[in-house]
Amino acid sequence: MQLLQYKSQAVAKPYFIAAIGLFVGQILFGLILGLQYVIGDFLFPAIPFNVARMVHTNLLIVWLLFGFMGAAYYLVPEEAETELHSPLLAHLLFWIFLVAGALTVVGYLAVPYAKLAEMTGNELLETMGREFLEQPLPTKLGIVVVALAFLYNIGMTILKGRKTAISIILLTGLVGLAVLFLFAFYNPSNLVKDKYFWWWVVHLWVEGVWELILGAILGFVLLKITGVDREVIEKWLYVIITLTLVTGIIGTGHHYYWIGTPGYWQWWGGVFSALEPVPFFAMTVFCFNMVNRRRRQHPNKAATLWALGTGVMAFLGAGVWGFLHTLAPVNYYTHGTQITAAHGHMAFYGAYVMVVLTIISYAMPMLRGREVNPERSQVLEMWSFWLMTVSMVFITLFLTAAGILQVWLQRIIPNPQSFMAVQDQLAMFYWMRWLAGVVFFAGLAVYLYSFFAKDKPQTIEAGATQPATT
Amino acid sequence: MSAFFTKSMARNIFYGGTLFSVLLFLALTFHTTWQLPGRIPTETPSQEVTRGKALWETRNCIGCHTLLGEGAYFAPELGNVYKRRGPDFIKIWIKAQPTHVPGRRQMPQFNFSDQQLDDLVAFLKWTSEINTEKWPPNIEG
Repeated sequence: MQLLQYKSQAVAKPYFIAAIGLFVGQILFGLILGLQYVIGDFLFPAIPFNVARMVHTNLLIVWLLFGFMGAAYYLVPEEAETELHSPLLAHLLFWIFLVAGALTVVGYLAVPYAKLAEMTGNELLETMGREFLEQPLPTKLGIVVVALAFLYNIGMTILKGRKTAISIILLTGLVGLAVLFLFAFYNPSNLVKDKYFWWWVVHLWVEGVWELILGAILGFVLLKITGVDREVIEKWLYVIITLTLVTGIIGTGHHYYWIGTPGYWQWWGGVFSALEPVPFFAMTVFCFNMVNRRRRQHPNKAATLWALGTGVMAFLGAGVWGFLHTLAPVNYYTHGTQITAAHGHMAFYGAYVMVVLTIISYAMPMLRGREVNPERSQVLEMWSFWLMTVSMVFITLFLTAAGILQVWLQRIIPNPQSFMAVQDQLAMFYWMRWLAGVVFFAGLAVYLYSFFAKDKPQTIEAGATQPATT
Repeated sequence: MSAFFTKSMARNIFYGGTLFSVLLFLALTFHTTWQLPGRIPTETPSQEVTRGKALWETRNCIGCHTLLGEGAYFAPELGNVYKRRGPDFIKIWIKAQPTHVPGRRQMPQFNFSDQQLDDLVAFLKWTSEINTEKWPPNIEG
């Protein structure tokens, strides 16, 4: 039986494998960081905290991008009802992106950052050393080249085929992603301006265009597993992404409270970003509504679970935990504390990690030549879902507790204490966060194992007819 | 959602709403950029400050510290460190790293020249004079 509707969808497979591989690396470095919070000199000077953090966050971004690209290569041919414009280009870009990513990480780990900046021509155009945009100039240029060629490939495919709302929304998100990345090259010496436009990459990615990509992927998977009418799903999608951009674009203002920008941002940012949970809530309702109205029972139960999980966890992490500290009077005290870290962890996991794992869960069995995974493999995958999701909830809760205590001791009490004095008192929460991280890693191990699990041979019931021996 | 509300209506609202938001955001950005000179110490940062910012970036300070609350949460806020500690302390501190105290968080040794230390301090001084709407709540950052 032909499982893939279009042969060229197969190019998604290496993208998904690379995504999972880099995910493992990201979590390993997360565990190093978690330990450095309590054993300050752990691995110093071999891997200082800042280096491990760069690897942790950059790997996250890169593996999610691999996931998004894999998702696009998988779903666009099916939506456009035509083969991918150039599978060869897709393969080529895969290797360019993987090698560039690997070299960048090796660069972070092998030489001091200042040396890396010198070696890679940072003085030609100073773009390095800003949070999440630490990549050397050649890597940044490589990202632009890969993004453009990728968009060309996807764009041409959509152009020659059927144009559905899902693929148009996905393409809009991907174009936005590429265009906004160009602000990574703008780094004025005026720190306030630098910060202002740095958010055009960071915020407008994760609270803007990435949500379009998220919506499109989720919509596609829900369409496939529920069999609900396309019109209904696409109408929902438009409503969700309208809410996303109308709240999220001006919502950028919640980063403009204390960085030197005018005070009116406390109102603009506060009001609009307070509404940012609304699209996420709509997404939760959307997921459950579609699954409840399903017209068929899809045998891939794990994919359904991931899709519903994305709806819930994105709302909790991005929506609720974002709302907690988005209003200016609250943010005045919580800005730049562990509260931010708590929100960052659950939001990234709930929205983007989970949606990539959703499409992988749905598509990977077919890419591996089977309609769905065997029962035992699915059960293990669902175990990994719960292990990772519940431990992420605990990571978030422990960081939130640490954050509340930090705010209290450092910013509220009459005789505020110094940063490091406060950190010492948070150690217990950091230890518990680290243990939750270990459980997360165990969940990830179960996830990896689920790909190779086979059903146990059926046991024969007592009294059943024994096969005759020959 | 009923049949009264069609997909094409939803799509049109998306395009309209997005366009409106983008234009409003651009207008606010334009106004902010116009207001900025009055909110920063010097409209054009001096050569010293510019060099100091480059040092801040190429040593990846943001990988451990926050600056005006943005960055990593592993080490103290430095947006107001000039006011908290003063220029001499900052230089002595940087030169004394790492402390090698067992179990304590460690900062690398960057082997800065005196000129580089002056530049870095100039950058931190400039940063501490930005109008941040009275953030952080107190000197501890």
